[in-house]
Parts: sequence; structure tokens; C-alpha cells
Amino acid sequence: MAKIQVKKKDTWIDMTPMSDVMVLLLTFFMLTSTFLKPEPLTVSTPMSVSEIKIPEKNILSVLISPEGKVFLDLDGPADRIAALERMASNYKLELTDKEKYEFSIATSFGVKMQYFKQFMAFSEDKQKAELPKLGVPTDSTDNQFKGWVLAAREAKGDKMVIAIKADAKTPYPAIKEVMSSLQDLKLNRYNLITSLREVELTPSGK
Amino acid sequence: MMQMDSGGGGKKKKVGERKKADTRVDFTPMVDMMMLLITFFMLATTLSKPQTMEIALPTKDKGDESQRTLAKASEAVTLYLGAGNKVYYFMGEPDLEKPNFLIATDYSAEGLRKVILEKNRAAVQKALELKDKKIRMLISQEDYDKELSEIKTQDGTPTVIIKPLDNSTYENMVAALDEMLICSVGKYAIANIDENDKKMLKNSNVEF
Repeated sequence: MAKIQVKKKDTWIDMTPMSDVMVLLLTFFMLTSTFLKPEPLTVSTPMSVSEIKIPEKNILSVLISPEGKVFLDLDGPADRIAALERMASNYKLELTDKEKYEFSIATSFGVKMQYFKQFMAFSEDKQKAELPKLGVPTDSTDNQFKGWVLAAREAKGDKMVIAIKADAKTPYPAIKEVMSSLQDLKLNRYNLITSLREVELTPSGK
Repeated sequence: MMQMDSGGGGKKKKVGERKKADTRVDFTPMVDMMMLLITFFMLATTLSKPQTMEIALPTKDKGDESQRTLAKASEAVTLYLGAGNKVYYFMGEPDLEKPNFLIATDYSAEGLRKVILEKNRAAVQKALELKDKKIRMLISQEDYDKELSEIKTQDGTPTVIIKPLDNSTYENMVAALDEMLICSVGKYAIANIDENDKKMLKNSNVEF
């Protein structure tokens, strides 16, 4: 009896080129990535047709929550320490090196200077939980927001860009407070962070 | 032939000859892991930077008041951004006494945009022509920016004054500023309301 024997094919696939490509891609993504900075609370920015991109460096970002709470973030650990030292001397605070270091590697900040030392003593998890409830005071009696902006400007110089990132549902008076504080400091140019939308405009305008 | 056959030819095998090990390594688990890492990095990275809108506000200095160029009344449009995504506007000179002087509209394409476009038709037309040229690469980016700002601020273009009321939101302000961009309005400002504005708003039954 003649048996028809199907020849068994080798199903082995050579994965080496694929893993080569993968390693290449992985290296690329690892090197080019900049991680999303965690923010004390998420805000949804309003839409705009503006396509201007924000610069990468020398940014003082102002985050405004829907309740009108203000948080700040400054890039560059050295500049952060410089700004903090200035604020500390304004409010007569003695800071330890540990506190300065921890502040320099943290992200957004938004604590009353009077409460600063107490806040820095908290554990990391507690800080994360507490921060969204706080915020930099912007009222006229003790406008620490102005102080921070001045301190940041001193550290960064004229090239500093102020980027305001506010939630779409923020009531206008909260924005007005921030804008007029900036106006008082003669900082009249700043960026509003928005998300892109498309609008078609026909020549006749119809 | 130098064929090594470790299977059938047991008898031919010399004593002391080494069995050739299979050097193939299964890469599949490694590839699996790589895929996972790549996916993670792709999702965690910010590939696109956020968009921004640049605005410049006038200085608060009182000394500048005299030098401030007053907009021609015929070219002025004043917008009040109110609650519930409503916009109230008037053109030209304010009328403090007339009831219901302010006209209400909204932020849709048929609302505020139509009003501003009507007022700025010539500049919009030119801006669109210029943009078309830019797309066909007839002019450089610098020339485009220069010409666009000339078109936006030439004589006859309206001056828009945006006055957000306290019951409006940030989104309203950005939407109004955005309309200025869409409608190629070069001269606009954000201002706070004063007593005259309050009187007019009251006459038109607008809450503020």
C-alpha cells in the first residue's frame, strides 16, 4: 500500500529581523520621549483654531482649575530652587537643603508660603492628595501668585513664556484675577493653551 | 559530504564526535515584550505639543491713556460675553438710554461669526486669497505673516472690544478670541466693564 505522505513543513519563522526593528523603534521612542507631567488636577482646555505651538523651555505654566484654584509649574531644577529661595526670603522662611531638593524635582506646586514647610513634611502620597485642595493665593491682600511670577522671572530672565492652562468651565472672574495680576507686573504677553479645532471659512463668508 | 546526521546514522558516528546543538533561539517572547514596551512608550510620550493662543493685553499705566488711539466709532464693535453662552453686541457709538439697545447672539457660525465677517468682509477676502497663495507656495512664510498683519490692521477693518461679564466662562473668552482669528480681525482688546456698560446692560435686561 502506497501511503501518501505529506511532507512536514518547517513552521519556524526567523524572528531576528523583527526583533532588530523592534529594538530600534524602542530605542527611538525611549530617547525622544518626554513624559507627560502629572498635574494636580486634570483640566479640559477650550478649543481654538490657533496652531501656534508652545516652546519647550523657559515656561512658567499657570494651571487654573474650574474652582479658580491656581497652580504653578516651572521647568529647570536650578531655576525652581532660585525662585523658591526668593519666595522663602520674602516670607522669612528657613528652608533645609532637603526641602529645596524635593521642591526642585517635584512638578506643579500651589501652596501658601505660610503652609509650605508643613506641606513639604508630608509623605509623597499625602502631598498628592492634599495639593488639589490648595492653590496659590491670588487675592489682593496676599497675592503670592505675583510673588511667584516675579521670582520665576528673576530666575529665568526675559525669555520666560507664561502659559495659562485653564479649564473651559472656569468662571471669568478667576481668569480676570490672574490676568490683572500679570498686568500689574507689566507682563502683557502670554499664551493660552487650547486644543485644536478646524473651521472652514468660505470666501463669501456664507 | 560534511552532512551531520545525528538521527539515523548512529553506527557511522565516530567516538568522541560532539553532537551539534541547535543554536536557534526562540525570539517570540522577546518580541512580545518589545511590543509591550513600544506600546507603553508610544502611549506615554507626548508626541504632539499643545496648541496655544497668543494674546497681548494693554498696560495698566494711567499715563498711556492720552496716547491711546481711540477707535473710530464707525469701526468699533463692542461685545459683552454673558451667561449661558450668549453674546451681546452693539456697533458704533454706545447709547446709554435706549432700551434693548444690545443685540443678543451666540458663538455659532451663524451668530457672532456672521456679524464680524459682515463687518470685516474686505479683509477676510484678502486674507483668504493670501492663504491660497501660501498653500500653492507662491510666497514664503515671512512674507505671508507680514502681509497678513497688514491686511488685518489696514483702514476700514473693525476694532473689536471684548468685555467678558463676570458670569461668563473662560471658554467664552477663548471662543470670542478665536472668532477674531477666524475672521482676520487684527485690532481687538479685552476690557473690563465700567459704569456706562452696566447702565446699558441694565437697559437691555442683561444679567451681569
